[in-house]
Amino acid sequence: MLELKSISKRFGAMDMSDVSLTLQAGEYFALLGPTGVGKTVLIEIIAGLIRPDSGRVSWDGADITSLPPEQRGFAVVYQDYALFPHLSVARNIAYGARARGCGSTEISARTARLADMLGITELLARRPDTLSGGEQQRAALARALATEPKLLLLDEPLSALDTNTRVRLRRELKRINSELGATILHVTHEPEEAMALADRIGVMLDYRLRQVAAPEELFRRPTDVSVARFLGIQNVLSVSSVRGDICEVAGQRIHASSADESTRHIWIMPEELLLSHQPFASSALNQFKCTVINWDHSDALLAVQLACGDLRLIALITYTSFQQLNIEPKRQLYVTFKSSAIHCL
Amino acid sequence: MPDKPSLLRRWWFELLLAALGACLLLFVVAPLAGMIFATSVGELSRAAAENAVIESIKITLTAAMLATVASAVFGIPLAYLLARKRFFGRSLVLAIVDLPIIIPHSAAGIALLMVIGRNSLIGRITGGGLVSTVAGISVAMAFVSLPFLVNSAREAFASVPVRLERVARTLGASPQRVFFTVSLPLAWRGVLSGMILMWGRGISEFGAVLIIAYHPMTTPVMVYQRFNDYGLPAARSVAVLLIVICIAVFVALRLVSRFGAKEGSDA
Repeated sequence: MLELKSISKRFGAMDMSDVSLTLQAGEYFALLGPTGVGKTVLIEIIAGLIRPDSGRVSWDGADITSLPPEQRGFAVVYQDYALFPHLSVARNIAYGARARGCGSTEISARTARLADMLGITELLARRPDTLSGGEQQRAALARALATEPKLLLLDEPLSALDTNTRVRLRRELKRINSELGATILHVTHEPEEAMALADRIGVMLDYRLRQVAAPEELFRRPTDVSVARFLGIQNVLSVSSVRGDICEVAGQRIHASSADESTRHIWIMPEELLLSHQPFASSALNQFKCTVINWDHSDALLAVQLACGDLRLIALITYTSFQQLNIEPKRQLYVTFKSSAIHCL
Repeated sequence: MPDKPSLLRRWWFELLLAALGACLLLFVVAPLAGMIFATSVGELSRAAAENAVIESIKITLTAAMLATVASAVFGIPLAYLLARKRFFGRSLVLAIVDLPIIIPHSAAGIALLMVIGRNSLIGRITGGGLVSTVAGISVAMAFVSLPFLVNSAREAFASVPVRLERVARTLGASPQRVFFTVSLPLAWRGVLSGMILMWGRGISEFGAVLIIAYHPMTTPVMVYQRFNDYGLPAARSVAVLLIVICIAVFVALRLVSRFGAKEGSDA
């Protein structure tokens, strides 16, 4: 179990402060955030390559803050693979096991097993510069796994790869986690990647860990508006005032059952918006006349941009409703949503 | 011929650069070529048959080799530190490394006499110091040529990505293991070419060597002595012999280092 307690580090423009985090054994944890928020620095602090200014790194309760990297047993895989260019793939994979003093039979057994698992057996005699990006990343993963690390630190491992390779390697990472039981900390800037892989996601913005949650929870209940915006959540609206359970948003009065005085932003999942030609009676408290601005494809659904006065909303609808409603720019519609469908931030 | 003027107009700047560069190359090649062609094979073989000449060439090559190997032991670690660490006084250290390039070499010889001469501490302990010994010649050569080794090696280490060393650490390698299995193998070619450069510079040293040791006589000193005592042709044949040997060894070592780099990377 890895535990970070109030990690702080300053250098240059970076000012990381008070990052605390606990990783359970066997967990797949994604550290999600845009570029340049200190994710790599955090990984290198965990790996022991950078000393934090203050705070504590511990493993299974033992303080390892000042333990040199070679004694931690955590392996790092970087975006640029960082394979040793003067060594063959086989020797790259064997490097760590050899440094840790494994016998040569054990080393060749491990190399063969991992090469087989990652499908790079034919490449063992080749040199890294003759491999494709995907092959290099498989070799780098094999090299890290050959040391049987207690913790695998992945720094944007898939970001330099093309889409197909990325999807295939995601599956390998998931397998490494489930079959080998490796604890993984995976740094990424793509919400989708974090969603697809992680048991839990930590969102890092401005050198701070803003929210840690399971994927479903994170996308349903972001704790604040900057997290929601980073996750690409739509219909995040600024509230100008609250009276009772009525929020005033862009000149419209919206019923939100969970609103209180502290509510500054609300958001409505685009799937929760109901569109119709005519107003209709229902238990939903919010119904507005609106105009279609435009529409767009969003995966298998359609995203319809609506204007209700100054209020802008996006509704996700199926292709069937799209045809039934005969949607086109400037069409007048009614949008309806429940007061309980509104999340307050 | 409508093409010619337009071609000239398009390429005049590159042509100008090439012409200016060619002048400089000619300035280097012409005197050497002139000297080599002016020396007959007979003169050359007579010089090559002379024991004193052979002896001086041996001394020169050996002393320069000793200087290079000894400096490598101390210079490669320094180069690595300078490439990897940012510490207080680093630019001062860089300046000190370059110092031998700018001070007059005869003055360097005088300064070295203070340390290894008869009246120095070393001189009193050893009873005579290193004056007029091969070791003394090596010291003089090392002093004036070590910047070439340290600077090449420093650049070679700096071109090894830090990330490779970091990955090696996380894989369980100690700093010294990382140095010998990652940094040095990847920088080896640059380090070796620095050693070759230093060796070549050591062979050609005259000023500092002359102050430390007139005898045993190195070949550059012998060229000077023959010129003073017997005139141009006598000096020329020895000079050409040394130049030919130097170029041959230089080319051979370059080839070895290139071949070696390929071999090493296949391992």
